[in-house]
Amino acid sequence: MAKRKIIEISPVTRVEGHGKVTIHLDEDNNVHEARLHIVEFRGFERFIQGRLLWEIPVIVQRLCGICPVSHHLAAAKAMDQIVGAHQLTPTAEKMRRLMHYGQVMQSHVLHFFHLCSPDLLFGFGSPVENRNIFGIINEFPELATQAVMMRKFGQTVIRMTAGKKIHGTGAIPGGINKNLSIEERDILLGDIDQMLEWAQGALKLAKDYTLDNLELVNEFGTFPSSHMSLVREDGTLDLYHGNMRALDAMGEAIFDQVDYRKYHKYLVEDVRSWSYMKFPFIKDLGTLDGWYRVGPLARMNTASRIDTPLANSAHRELKSVSGGEPNQTTLANHWARMIEVVHCVEKIKELLHDPELQGDDLIVKGDRQEEGIGVIEAPRGNLIHHYKVDENDQVQFCNLIVSTTHNNEGMNRAVASVAKKYISGQQKITEGMLNHVEVAVRAYDPCLSCATHALGQMPLVVELYDVEGTLLDQGSQCL
Amino acid sequence: MTEKKFKFTIDDQEIEASEGQTIMQAADDAGIYIPRLCDVEGLRHQGSCRVCTVTANGRTTASCTQPAEEGLEVENENEELLNYRRDLVRMLFHEGNHLCPICEASGNCELQAMAYRLSITQPTKFPYLQPVRSLDASHKDIALDTNRCIRCGRCIRASQDVDGKGVFGYVGRGINRRVGVNGDNLADTDAEISDVAIAPETCPVGCIIRKGIGFSKPIGKREFDLSIIGDQPPGGSDD
Ligand code: SF4
Ligand code: SF4
Ligand code: FES
Repeated sequence: MAKRKIIEISPVTRVEGHGKVTIHLDEDNNVHEARLHIVEFRGFERFIQGRLLWEIPVIVQRLCGICPVSHHLAAAKAMDQIVGAHQLTPTAEKMRRLMHYGQVMQSHVLHFFHLCSPDLLFGFGSPVENRNIFGIINEFPELATQAVMMRKFGQTVIRMTAGKKIHGTGAIPGGINKNLSIEERDILLGDIDQMLEWAQGALKLAKDYTLDNLELVNEFGTFPSSHMSLVREDGTLDLYHGNMRALDAMGEAIFDQVDYRKYHKYLVEDVRSWSYMKFPFIKDLGTLDGWYRVGPLARMNTASRIDTPLANSAHRELKSVSGGEPNQTTLANHWARMIEVVHCVEKIKELLHDPELQGDDLIVKGDRQEEGIGVIEAPRGNLIHHYKVDENDQVQFCNLIVSTTHNNEGMNRAVASVAKKYISGQQKITEGMLNHVEVAVRAYDPCLSCATHALGQMPLVVELYDVEGTLLDQGSQCL
Repeated sequence: MTEKKFKFTIDDQEIEASEGQTIMQAADDAGIYIPRLCDVEGLRHQGSCRVCTVTANGRTTASCTQPAEEGLEVENENEELLNYRRDLVRMLFHEGNHLCPICEASGNCELQAMAYRLSITQPTKFPYLQPVRSLDASHKDIALDTNRCIRCGRCIRASQDVDGKGVFGYVGRGINRRVGVNGDNLADTDAEISDVAIAPETCPVGCIIRKGIGFSKPIGKREFDLSIIGDQPPGGSDD
């Protein structure tokens, strides 16, 4: 049996859990196998049992410090069904959408500028001292300013809809607890055109990067897969609500227009011994072939069109690069993400001109149901919240499938593909090489990127073992 | 009315009181706020939380039960009393399970508001007791989360004295004393949503829950988003 070494890339994170990459080498230093392990927050599903249904949207957003609004809204959508609110009032639905667009925008901006732009602008293997947000501030100060201002705008939208810029309370079962005042609207309108201009600038940056480096993009963590997201009935992208659509690697529908309340008839979660995180797969295709990707690029692949003009033409351009077929790269996620930023800003602008945001009809209720399933397209992809609530209003069952879980197999494949290419056959493992692996993981923006991570201070432990488990080498760096 | 009036001082400010008034009532009439948790207008005084402790002629006393007297020299605001009140409020946090960020009373809660008033931002001095208490959601309109109960007894007095029911009562002794219901669970009692004991003004914290309305007041519009507890004129929220 060939003697193997194991390299561990083990970042330590806070709320979202803890991720680590293990790369198994054989005695010729070729990559035998590479895996991404994420310790997931299954504990939450137990923690909320017995809690009261209207507390849930507020509790579950604590799952994540970066995209709490997604959990808040997915849970609220599930609770809408439980309180029998099948159709929200226009004001409630539009306020929630506004909140969501603000959230997706600020999350994408944070990810792109703070986490990824150093890799893209300086190169994956460039010196680590400079390859961080501080390097960006030094060399591209105007970009850094835009990133801060765009995030701030997104957070202001969240504050005006949810009451606080992080962990607010806006969405409640059956609706929303506030409308948008004229004063609030005017503050946002005052900045919206600037935001649109900067969003287009960011989109250009991500697009140019992809097109200028097409060779790298096409071979870096690229592999055929299925993709899944919500879309509207006519196939239009919709981040807040829609039906489930999954396309195979050729772009053919595996299923389409599935009511997401039937998700468990189409998706099954597999468990593997070496990971705490489940591996969902499409039931009809089986465990081996049923895996799929979610997230910004998956949405660009599944959506037939986008209902805002600037994002729609950017979407067409992205689609043309892969000849209309699904884009199977990993790195084009950045481009897709910036298309969504433009889309969100366009949607926010559209909503701000809608007088229904100033309406007073905020909550509806109807016949009580026992079960509720809320699905939303979170910044990182499809997010499923499923609850059962008893007649005393207490939660008895909860199942969450978060974007990072949907992407589990895809991220593992990306890690393996990149590790094989950049680490196999090397005598010495450099930081730059390891960073290639991280770039692949990071392109999916997994939930293990917490606030510390964003500032480039996430410690990373790298350990190298031989087949007997003896520690051969170790090092650490910041993600 | 021919009430006998007299004068005494609070922090060197001379105020007028009528016979039969407690120090706290006279202070309220004079627009001076003394912190409190177990005392609330409309219910008989209990004097159990001790947050209203002042010194009267040098001796500490609960101002919600201590009668005002002619010529009394009361101290309300000094560093020692402040620290004493802080410790009492901290202990209330540590004795229960208070997760303010996910509690529907947040922003309307007198305990939380008192902590803000007293500048308690990190309750760290005492050990957390982390009691294990289950939520009683058996009643169709009301839930009881005793993780947040501060044993102020306001619900007990309201139920007994005003509603004439006795839905709530103390069980256990000392540190184990807690509030229970007169039955296996709330559904087993004659509690009704219209009871004064269940009214939002009665329970100062998020223990007695009126079902289905949690979080319906947006952040920014909640009672203590608008003013610090005690800074509105006492009785001003009676409308
Ligand atoms: S009852 Fe008050 S102090 Fe306790 S958790 Fe709720 S808001 Fe916080
Ligand atoms: S339930 Fe509320 S009112 Fe009753 S003792 Fe506990 S804290 Fe006080
Ligand atoms: S308010 Fe006086 S003892 Fe509680």
